[in-house]
Amino acid sequence: MKTDGSAGGRTYLAALPMSLWAFLFVGISLLYVIGLSLLSRGEGFGAQLPVTLDNYMRLGDRLYLRSLWLSLRLAATTALMSLLFGYPLAYFISRARPRARTWLMILLIAPFWTNALIRIYGWKILFYANGPINSVLRSLGLIEKPLKLLYTDFSVLVGMVYAMFPFFVLPVYSSLERMDWTMAEASRDLGATPLKTFFTITVPMTLPGIMAGLVLTFIPSIGLFFISDLLGGANTMLWGNLVQNELLKSHDMPFAATLSVVLLALTGVIILLYKRVGGKADDIVF
Amino acid sequence: MSEDTTLLSLRGLRKTFDTQEALNGLDLDVIRGEFLTLLGPSGCGKTTTLRIIAGLEMPTEGQVFLEGKDITLLPPEKREVNTVFQNYALFPHMNVAANIGYGLRMRKVPKADVLKRVDEMLRLVQLEGYGKRMPSQLSGGQRQRVAIARSAVLSPKLLLLDEPLGALDLQLRRQMQSELKKMQQQLGITFIYITHDQEEALNMSDRIALMRDGRFVQLDTPHNLYERPATAFAATFIGETNILDCTVVGISGEEVLLDMSGIAIPATTEDWVVPGQTLCLCIRAERLHYAKKSPEGFFLRGTFKGSHYAGSERTAEIELNTGHTLFSRQRTEQEETVLPGETVCLWWDRKTAGLVIDDREETT
Amino acid sequence: MKKNSFWSSLYIAVIILALYLPIMVVVVLSFNGNTGRTAAMNFTGFSFYWYKGLFDPISGFGTQMLTSLEVAFWSVMISACLGTLGAVGMLRQKMRKAASERAVMKMTGIGEQLAMLPIMIPELILGIALMALFSLLKLPFGKMTLIFAHITFCTPYILITVKSRLSTLEPTLQEAARDLGASPAKAFATVTLPLAAPAILSGSLLAFAMSMDDFVISFFVNGAQTTTLPLKVYSSVKVGVTPQVNALCTVMLGAAFLVVAVGQLISALAEKRRADTTKKVQA
Repeated sequence: MKTDGSAGGRTYLAALPMSLWAFLFVGISLLYVIGLSLLSRGEGFGAQLPVTLDNYMRLGDRLYLRSLWLSLRLAATTALMSLLFGYPLAYFISRARPRARTWLMILLIAPFWTNALIRIYGWKILFYANGPINSVLRSLGLIEKPLKLLYTDFSVLVGMVYAMFPFFVLPVYSSLERMDWTMAEASRDLGATPLKTFFTITVPMTLPGIMAGLVLTFIPSIGLFFISDLLGGANTMLWGNLVQNELLKSHDMPFAATLSVVLLALTGVIILLYKRVGGKADDIVF
Repeated sequence: MSEDTTLLSLRGLRKTFDTQEALNGLDLDVIRGEFLTLLGPSGCGKTTTLRIIAGLEMPTEGQVFLEGKDITLLPPEKREVNTVFQNYALFPHMNVAANIGYGLRMRKVPKADVLKRVDEMLRLVQLEGYGKRMPSQLSGGQRQRVAIARSAVLSPKLLLLDEPLGALDLQLRRQMQSELKKMQQQLGITFIYITHDQEEALNMSDRIALMRDGRFVQLDTPHNLYERPATAFAATFIGETNILDCTVVGISGEEVLLDMSGIAIPATTEDWVVPGQTLCLCIRAERLHYAKKSPEGFFLRGTFKGSHYAGSERTAEIELNTGHTLFSRQRTEQEETVLPGETVCLWWDRKTAGLVIDDREETT
Repeated sequence: MKKNSFWSSLYIAVIILALYLPIMVVVVLSFNGNTGRTAAMNFTGFSFYWYKGLFDPISGFGTQMLTSLEVAFWSVMISACLGTLGAVGMLRQKMRKAASERAVMKMTGIGEQLAMLPIMIPELILGIALMALFSLLKLPFGKMTLIFAHITFCTPYILITVKSRLSTLEPTLQEAARDLGASPAKAFATVTLPLAAPAILSGSLLAFAMSMDDFVISFFVNGAQTTTLPLKVYSSVKVGVTPQVNALCTVMLGAAFLVVAVGQLISALAEKRRADTTKKVQA
């Protein structure tokens, strides 16, 4: 007879199916990608020995370095723009009446339950030379010739910020909601101006939310390829587009794996940095 | 103790959590039908003992016998023992009737019988008509009664109650104490009750097991525990007690002469007392008297420092010239006006002062 | 103060408007009566023209919709089981364990961390990793690989929601059930599961929405014959603006809002039921 008759029992066994699934489809598949990145290109989609670092050597090429730089710059711009537009939004919503707050949050989140592609497609229509934005501007007499909006860095940035926006607003909003507002009142009471209170109390108190928001917008931004695909046309070669090309056009599995490993490493470094400055892992899962 | 009067026996119970000793070899016999209280400061192992009896925790060593049968390895659902949890643990998604009927349903009792017995139980705990309420709609006292009803409906051989009154306010606590005691007699179930409240323990119990650091310090009736504490810890945990650290100077017949920092104090001896031993003389605060006039017989002198008024009683603080501070609690209607700084005489009836071993410094 | 609240309201209004602008454009143009070459841009009149062809066996989207629904259904069903059991198994336990049991617990602990990874790393990486793994295992790319991939990224959503719900439950509830005579399985079925049910449901709805929406991962693991709706939308939209896609998108938007509304309704009802005085006796 088993000696363990307690209420806890062996419930930990319930996590076994999920764990095995994750070991196979996440753990092993990621390890396999790392392994592939050390092999040479085989026939078709295949890979073959010997083990080599050639794929990593190729990364030194100007083309790849430039793409990496562009991707990181775009991701950083996206995160900063989300901060610039998102923080005031989260702040204003958190200062609204409770009922209004709930509705505003539902209004904010609802679009993101719909397909990202469709929303980006909506921007594509808006940005067309003969699309709604240009039509409105023209009928207002502000421009004479249609502006070139689509297939520019600007349109890609708009699409990125648009797609990443809630991932910034949500953590910041929840840290604003958790904040003890009597502290801001105390600061006013002690003689600080509203602006000074905002920068010495509110911002530092919500810093964990801001950091989580930046990480949550930055990480996915490096790998997104369909936004630049749809809004940036052929001239924007981001890291994600490179991976997609290597895989689907060049059929070079090992090199695509190498590019993904770089992305994975970047993600890891950012998460480590985030934890280093005191961020909690739980704050960046959504 | 004979087999048929003993309901539950614990033998050599030990429990270690990681490296921490929670229980240090417990032996206990619970008599059928009694109200036994496990009393002790938090962290003394009361709850662990209870959880082991319930089967929610496994002892590291030792055995649990119910009616002579070894149930140490039995899972909780197979024991004829039920628990009333500290936070009641009522199922929030079931109404009161469903909560009370839960155990019966698990035993596959026919539906009609379940309804009947739930109704009986609701009547017993004075919650008729509350069957369809959800636990969230009940007051603290009502939840507590549902929790008891839910366990008692199964007519367990033994009911374990883990600080069931802990969450209630003082007035309700007092009321529930007598209700619980009444309920226990009505149901005729053996209760093992946990509390850290000495007053509660003295009020309700047939016997009290005083615990400390995973051991029993004393197992006795409330009266004996109060009047004849076994150790200095027992004396200080229950009631307000003056502890005088003394050395035994000499013994002659019934009498023992003690020395406390140069003051000679006579007392009644115990059979374990030997000359040269250090021990404690304990005097309950309410049994220590003081007055400006010196009494007949033995007394001590001290300086009146001040007093705390508490309605019917007043506790005076008196400092001896050895530096010891003693407390004397007297009824306010008999009090004499003494000003701070005045000298007073202190005395007590020798029968009410007991000798105990000093175990206050012990820690694990 | 008054002035401040005006400007902040205006700011909120402008941002929210910008969030809905692209959606509204798609919806409005889907009812465009203009059937010419500029149909995707110039609104000339109201019509259902573009909806009529949606289920056309050749140019319609019926098959893709069925594929998406089928993939989402199975993925959610399986990941709901994996995630719920996972959350139950991850509950902290007071019990002292034997070395072998501790080893298993350690393994499931790592498993949980791995299970959470899909929603922390860029989707692209998981897509490629799964594609590589599936070709290594020689699995034919198609519905099965799509379902496997979707289970992998749906599970964390359910794990999170159920785990956070379970962590708010008193651990003594399960103990009380055992104490009252329920076996571990019975205690799970009568206490843990009903209390976690709303979380399982809302986690499943979230996972369903994620599965229906997924483009990046599906992009790498789909088969030539199995196209999901988002993949179809992508290939139509990439080449240019095709008016019929507007109609399809509008249908998808409507469905997404419906799922959210149903989810909100269910959790609101669950709240209400909990507070309801006249609940049926379960005995």
